[in-house]
Amino acid sequence: MNVRVAGLLALIWVPLVAYVMFRPSLGGLGSYLLLPAIPAVILLYVTAVRRWRESWVAVLGVTLVCFWLLMAVSAPFLPLPDPNKPIAPYLAPGGIRNGVEFLLGSDMRGRDVLSRDLWGCQRVLVWGVTATAVAYAVGGGFGLIGGYLGGWWDEIVSFAGNVLLSFPVMVLFILVLNLFGQSGFNIIIAVTCSSAPVIMRIVRGLALDAKSRDYILAAQTRGEHPLWIMLVEMLPNVRAPIIVDACLRLGYTTVAITTLTFLGLGLQPPDPDWGLMIKEAATAAMLWKYSYMLIVPALSVSSLILGFNLIADGLREMSLRD
Amino acid sequence: MGNLIARRAAQMLLIMLTVSLLLFAIFDSGQFRRKVAVAELGGFGVATLSDADYQDWLQKKGLNRPFLARYGEWLDAVAHGDLGRSLEKDISVSTLLKESLANTAVLAFFVFLIMIPVALTLGVLAGMNEGSTLDRVISLTAVMTTSIPQIATAVLLTVTLSLGLGWVPTKSAMTDGWSFRELVLPLLTLLLYEVGYLTRMTRAAMSEVMGSDYIRTAFLKGLPYWRVIVRHALRNALIVPVTLIFLELNGLLSQVVVIEVFFQYGGFGRMLFDAANFGDLQVLQAATLVAVCVAVLSQLLSDAAYAALNPRVRFTRAPP
Repeated sequence: MNVRVAGLLALIWVPLVAYVMFRPSLGGLGSYLLLPAIPAVILLYVTAVRRWRESWVAVLGVTLVCFWLLMAVSAPFLPLPDPNKPIAPYLAPGGIRNGVEFLLGSDMRGRDVLSRDLWGCQRVLVWGVTATAVAYAVGGGFGLIGGYLGGWWDEIVSFAGNVLLSFPVMVLFILVLNLFGQSGFNIIIAVTCSSAPVIMRIVRGLALDAKSRDYILAAQTRGEHPLWIMLVEMLPNVRAPIIVDACLRLGYTTVAITTLTFLGLGLQPPDPDWGLMIKEAATAAMLWKYSYMLIVPALSVSSLILGFNLIADGLREMSLRD
Repeated sequence: MGNLIARRAAQMLLIMLTVSLLLFAIFDSGQFRRKVAVAELGGFGVATLSDADYQDWLQKKGLNRPFLARYGEWLDAVAHGDLGRSLEKDISVSTLLKESLANTAVLAFFVFLIMIPVALTLGVLAGMNEGSTLDRVISLTAVMTTSIPQIATAVLLTVTLSLGLGWVPTKSAMTDGWSFRELVLPLLTLLLYEVGYLTRMTRAAMSEVMGSDYIRTAFLKGLPYWRVIVRHALRNALIVPVTLIFLELNGLLSQVVVIEVFFQYGGFGRMLFDAANFGDLQVLQAATLVAVCVAVLSQLLSDAAYAALNPRVRFTRAPP
């Protein structure tokens, strides 16, 4: 079961990352990479609903997240205008121009809002999840080292974490993005700097707790390598609270990425992105008539984050029930 | 208890020193220094700066001296309140900082003034009877308001209250003097998230206390309901929320960035954002230092509050 989920995630993830991060070098072949990901998302959704059917909260959450995931992988195949192509500016929702229907209207440069919204989730999802994964690799690794090895290792790792934690998050983001420049990869660094210390604390606590268990002592007696003990014996046994926290943190990272693009510090235009859509509309179209340009991305980002939070709530509820 | 706080204070001091060293090293790096050189000498960009000019400038500014000597000097200047000059606005950084911090403090004051009573009341009411209709309504609302990111809250509030109903202005630049009407939107945006968060935390603490043995004993003794709640339950349930209120000072410092930029309110977050955008490095450095200072102080205050409120900490001596 778990192998299947991991396989599905890889089937969705690898093409998405390749498509979003390295599209220029893929040429016209790019969108075909995403084709197998579409059934994979549907299968993933069915698997998740089956497994979590006892908690309606988790099912609702996974529905929201899988909807956006499906939009992300199928965006190139949907019958939508090019998200970056100006056609007719300031068209109200439902308007038709040149034979193209704008279901959610068009923005101040004449680009289709619906198309930009659906394409936008691709960038947010890919960078958000990648950044969270890197933060987990770094924070989890140091947490295991601090908790399992203890001693000086623990002192050094904890102190470094405390130094990073003493920066307010946004201040740290701005500092890091100023130091390294503004790009998606530097967002990953910024998110890692802010999230990894928190993850480190959580994993460290779990590792401290697991350290004195019999199965660890048994492994030590067998003479296993510490690296083996940390990664193969310890990590799978402490995964439940980590998965709950990961869902919450995916939400935080999504907020961070949207906020950073809104501030003009993160991913660069012209490719669509929810934060960018809000930024552009907030400067050019602050009128009741044009408020759809603001509402659409705001509701989209809210629903995605609500989805992540609901999954976390549902998982926690289910783990308490057992 | 005094012992514990002294130890925490020593840790915080060590962290502050490390952070200041880190910040000095970052802003001392060649890449940032060249930017300052270009800004002071004039020119089109870092690429056009000739190496000879740069070396001359370093010599004139005394930047070729050992790193630690300059760090000591900088620390001394900062301790005396001299934070350098803003390149963009050509006024001293401390004046700029004072002004913007005062504006943010006004915002923060109103946030705390409303958040503390509202969130504590709602949280206690929800946690008192876990699973009741009131609890479900409060909890669900709190989950919703904390799930919506503040940038989206800001957008939705602006669209409904300002663009739709026309009750308040869209921007809070305060160009015609201070007015509370302009403060409403940023305040509401901050409050929706903060109240939701604190309510959830208070509810969790309260429901945990209500399930504990000593509360059941108090009820079984026949004590009046409200007396048990107020005298027995609240005292323990409010310890964690009170410490969280202090920590929110830290959270507020990063939340105000997006809110002040969206509503164009001239506070600390806006200043930080402008400094980052225009490459005003002295301001960025000073603002970061101040932000870390406030964050570390809020942690210390939170620890002190926890020690003062929790008898288990208050009456024990910290291990040597």
